[in-house]
Amino acid sequence: MTQVMNDRTPLVQMRNMSVAFGGVHAVDDVTVDLYGGEVVALVGGNGAGKTTLIKTLSGAHPADSGEIYIDGKLASIDNPRDAKEYGIETIYQTLALAENIDAPANMFLGRELKTRWGTLDEAAMEDATRKVMGRLNPKFLNFKTPVNSLSGGQRQSVAIARTVHFNARILIMDEPTAALGPAETAQVAELIKQLKAEGIGIFLISHDIHDVFDLADRISVMLQGQLVGTVNKEDVTMDEVLGMIIIGKLPSEVTETELETLH
Amino acid sequence: MTDTTQDLTTSSTPEGGGDREGRSIFSLLRKAEIDTRLFGMIMALLVLWVGFHIMSGGTFLTPRNLWNLSVQTAAVAIMATGMVLVIVSRNIDLSVGSMLAVVGMGMALLQAEILPDLIGFDHWATWIIALAAGLVMGAVIGGFQGAIVAYVGVPSFIVTLGGLLVWRGVAWAMASGRTIAPMDSTFQLLGGGSRGTIGATWSWIVGIVACVAIIVGLVNRRRQRSKYGFTLRPKWAEVALGAFACLAVLGAVWVINSYPMPERLAMQYAEERGLVWPEEGLIIPLGIAIPVILALAVALAMNFIATRRRFGRYVFAIGGNPEAAELGGIKTRFTIVKTFALMGVLVALAAAVQTARLNAAVSGLGTLTELYVIAAAVIGGTSLAGGIGTIAGAVLGALVMQSLQSGMVLMGVDAPLQDIVVGVVLVIAVAIDTFYRRRAT
Ligand SMILES: Nc1ncnc2c1ncn2[C@@H]1O[C@H](COP(=O)(O)OP(=O)(O)OP(=O)(O)O)[C@@H](O)[C@H]1O
Ligand SMILES: [Mg+2]
Repeated sequence: MTQVMNDRTPLVQMRNMSVAFGGVHAVDDVTVDLYGGEVVALVGGNGAGKTTLIKTLSGAHPADSGEIYIDGKLASIDNPRDAKEYGIETIYQTLALAENIDAPANMFLGRELKTRWGTLDEAAMEDATRKVMGRLNPKFLNFKTPVNSLSGGQRQSVAIARTVHFNARILIMDEPTAALGPAETAQVAELIKQLKAEGIGIFLISHDIHDVFDLADRISVMLQGQLVGTVNKEDVTMDEVLGMIIIGKLPSEVTETELETLH
Repeated sequence: MTDTTQDLTTSSTPEGGGDREGRSIFSLLRKAEIDTRLFGMIMALLVLWVGFHIMSGGTFLTPRNLWNLSVQTAAVAIMATGMVLVIVSRNIDLSVGSMLAVVGMGMALLQAEILPDLIGFDHWATWIIALAAGLVMGAVIGGFQGAIVAYVGVPSFIVTLGGLLVWRGVAWAMASGRTIAPMDSTFQLLGGGSRGTIGATWSWIVGIVACVAIIVGLVNRRRQRSKYGFTLRPKWAEVALGAFACLAVLGAVWVINSYPMPERLAMQYAEERGLVWPEEGLIIPLGIAIPVILALAVALAMNFIATRRRFGRYVFAIGGNPEAAELGGIKTRFTIVKTFALMGVLVALAAAVQTARLNAAVSGLGTLTELYVIAAAVIGGTSLAGGIGTIAGAVLGALVMQSLQSGMVLMGVDAPLQDIVVGVVLVIAVAIDTFYRRRAT
């Protein structure tokens, strides 16, 4: 499958990305790519640099060095608006919702629908939100209350709805199911498969190795800011990926005894 | 679509049913989708008024006092609407009192000393030039402070605390402490002296236009919501709300129109128009004062900006979560600059009202006004933590503040005690608000 893909230009290519906070090399010379219709899982322990890496793609944080290519062309992404121009939608780990306004207002934040008088078209925005939610989380009914009165899972639904509505070409999901119950998690998994079938490229950050194996085509592993390596899901076992995450060695380098110590 | 609506109605039933016995007024209000906080404030204001009326021996709820109250509230109300947005965006503006002095002084100097030399005294364009210059000054000063807050990152408390000192000093320096007078005769109308009113007929027209606007607004909103098949307010609630609002508006006009011109002025008025002066005198209503019209227009415009425009939405989003606003692609810094510039423009309008009313500018103009403006916004339910506040609340807050002062003056309360009462009421009002807010979530 990946062999076929390699003949095409990648949808996204992040080359030699580096970000430092003071002396901390949060992201250190990382190169990853993503094809349309593919899910690439980004995994690694806490503080490995996953969030920081994808923030350079979503325009939330500037990279110190490195280049981003979209459809093979050098892209300049300086802020979240630029990223959205390229069709990049992001679900942040922190969700990034304005707590004091309602779900439709959050879904359209920065991209509000307007009436022909130039005023906010609340009814149209509520309608669109209801439609997306109907697909995503039909039990969601709190369209008029500020999101701070919603549960963690409902808030996550709002964040996901935002990315779905705007027809992303490139989707970044930073632990999208962390606050969701089993039914809602299954729904998101279903959604990811559906979006993938539509040809959208997805970066999925997750700590759940089962989810990763269920959804991803390729897995990029980070450790202490550096890329350990990228592997095809078919070629590796869960233990081997765990080995990459914890020891930082590729399946070809790691020894049996080292894998034993993981258990 | 239909089943969504179904779900909504069923989900709201248990809530309504559970409340039926206990707080029935609240559940009724909620069903009618009326803002309970605003309703509570209006009730509190009415209680305050009746209390003052009784304690002042029946002098508070008179057309004369209410007319004066409306004029005295105008300037603070105008500024409070802007302060709401500033505070909602997690900032504060402590400089409004001093800014008022600088802008007022600037407009006064233009009218009294600069323009007469250029185009002649009391030229028809004087008031327009002076007012326009004042508005530009306000926007520039406010925008400048906002830019320091947004782009340099100095907390607004500090920037505007500096502004409080700087602009007060500048106001003094502009005229070396002199009193600048007189104002242009047209400009004076902005102050709402006995000439600065619109008369009975126009007052009724304003009232009727407001009623029509209320009804059109309600119908429009209902039509828009039903277009998408959303749940609607119950019909009875819609009709009751419209009827109540119209009655309140027309009632207010009636009260204002019951305040006649003082006899001396009425005589002058009759003379100017060649009317015969009858034995028993003439009852000529003044009508709504121009600064009150101005304040109402500002409140409507600001409410529109806050709730119906992107800018307002962004201000609230920044107050709710600045990071989320930034990630949503909002130009948060520029939005902050705009809120401060808008605050400056409103300060300029208030400065015009004040200088016109005094028919002069002094460098002490607006001293301590920042505290009244902030108090009005906060009494009106604006949260200093940001993200929460309404324009209508701020206007009501300004009315509460002014009612307290006028009421105590009528009761003959000493000035120091007045301050004590205002201070205590401020804290109690916010305490009650905090209590209800905590219970609501
Ligand atoms: N704004 C910041 N300022 C300073 N250091 C930061 C900042 N953001 C991240 N870091 C540091 O960068 C490193 C990588 O953090 P990052 O959030 O990218 O990790 P992560 O892989 O997403 O971890 P997690 O799985 O816990 O979400 C950490 O050492 C973190 O402390
Ligand atoms: Mg992270």
